[in-house]
Amino acid sequence: MTMTMTIQHHLTDALLMGYATGSLPEAFGLVVATHCSLCDDCRARAMEFEALGGEVVAEMEASPLSDGALAATMARIADPSWTTPAPRAARPKGIFPTPLQDYVGGDLASVRWQRLGGGAAQAILPTDSDASVRLLRIPGGARMPDHGHRGMELTLVLQGAFRDATDRFGPGDVELADAELTHQPVAEGGADCICLAASDAPLRFRGLLPRLAQGFLRI
Amino acid sequence: MKSFARGDPRSLTRRMCRMFTAPDMVVNDLVARVRPRSLAVRTSAAQLARVRMNVTTTDTDKRLEWIAQIAAVRDRQDRAAFADLFRHFAPRVKGFLMKSGAPADQAEEVAQDVMATVWRKAGMFDPGKASVATWIYTIARNRRIDTLRKSRRPEPEELTWGPEQAASAGDVLALQQETEQLGRALKALPDAQRALIERAYFGDLSHSEIATETGLPLGTIKSRIRLALEKLRQSMG
Repeated sequence: MTMTMTIQHHLTDALLMGYATGSLPEAFGLVVATHCSLCDDCRARAMEFEALGGEVVAEMEASPLSDGALAATMARIADPSWTTPAPRAARPKGIFPTPLQDYVGGDLASVRWQRLGGGAAQAILPTDSDASVRLLRIPGGARMPDHGHRGMELTLVLQGAFRDATDRFGPGDVELADAELTHQPVAEGGADCICLAASDAPLRFRGLLPRLAQGFLRI
Repeated sequence: MKSFARGDPRSLTRRMCRMFTAPDMVVNDLVARVRPRSLAVRTSAAQLARVRMNVTTTDTDKRLEWIAQIAAVRDRQDRAAFADLFRHFAPRVKGFLMKSGAPADQAEEVAQDVMATVWRKAGMFDPGKASVATWIYTIARNRRIDTLRKSRRPEPEELTWGPEQAASAGDVLALQQETEQLGRALKALPDAQRALIERAYFGDLSHSEIATETGLPLGTIKSRIRLALEKLRQSMG
C-alpha cells in the first residue's frame, strides 16, 4: 500500500491518547499501529500525546532510588548477556504494514482463513484476552451479516472498500462503532474487501444462523 | 564565530548544532534566537521558583543539555553525562511506575532497566521527533506494558532517516521549545484537570474513560512531527 491513498476516516483522540498512555488493549493497539503506519497525521497526533506523557514524567515528584542504583545500572549495561533486541527487520512491502505482518507472520498470502459462509472468511490473530482482533475478507459486492455490538468495534480497511449507513470506507480508513450502531456493511464491487477489526465484546449477529455460528467460530 | 562562556545557553546551542552537523549559517541563526542570560540570573530565578512552589521549570536550555548528554552517551559512552541523566530521570521514572501501580522494589528494578535501555538505545534517539523526556517516557511505558501488564504493544512501521539526512538544528530547537510550552500549559491547568491527565498516563483510565478535552494547546507539536515524518519519507525515497 502506498501513501498516495486518501484517508478520509481517522482515529479519535481518545484512541490515540489511549495508545500513547499504554492503556489500549493489545487488539486495539494493533489496529492503531497499523493505521498509524499508513497515516502520518494520526501517527503525529499519537506522538504529541507521547510528548504530553514525557511532560508528566518530567514533572513527577522524584522517588529516590536506593544508594547503589546507579552502580547497579552500570553493571546491567556492562552485562554481556543483556542484549538489546535487534531492530525489527523490514518486511517486504505488501498490503499489510509491518505491525500487522508481525502478527500474521507475513502478508496476505500467509493468512490462514476460516470460512464464515457466503464467501466471507476471517482469521483471528493472537493477542491478550482483553479484546480480540481478526482479519475479515468479504467478496466484492457481498454483505456482512447485519450486526450490532455489545462493546466497541474498530475496523480498518486494508483492501477494497465497504459502505454502511454512515459512509464509505476505503483503504486506510477506520470506522469506530459502539453499541449504538447496528450496521450492515456492504463490500464494494471488485476486489475482496479485507479489513482488520478489533472488538472488546463479541459481535451480536441478528439472524438465527449467524448466531448459531457465533458459538463455534468465535465471532 | 564568536565564542560564549561555558554555561551560557548560546554556547550549548552551538555545541548541540555541531553534534547534529548543522551548517554554520543555521547555527548562527539559532544562537541569535537563544536568549542570553547570565548564570547568576538563572540560578536566582530557579531558586525563587523552588521557594515558591518547590518545583523547577524544565526549560529549553535543560532540554538541549539532555540531548547533548544522550549524544555523549551514544558517541563516547560518557558515564558522567549518563549519571546526570540518571540523577534526573531515574527517580521520576520510579515515581511514575509506582503511580502506575508497581510496588517500590519492582518500580526501582524497572526504572534501572529503563535507564539501561536509554544507554543501549542512545543511538536510536531522534531529537527531530521527540524530546529526551518524551523518549524516556515511551521506554518506561513500554516496560510497564511488558512487565506489569504482561502484554505487548504493537508499534507502527519504523521510519528512519536515510544516511545523508538528519533533522535540522532549527527543527530540533523548535520541537524542544514547543514541548516546553506544552509542559508549561500542563502545569498551569487547574489541579483537578491536571490530575485527570496524569491518571490517564499512569494507566488508571481505560480508553473509554479518557477525556480528550484536555484544556491543553495540542496541535503545534503534531504539525511539527507531521512535517518531520514527511521529510523522513522523502529521505527514505
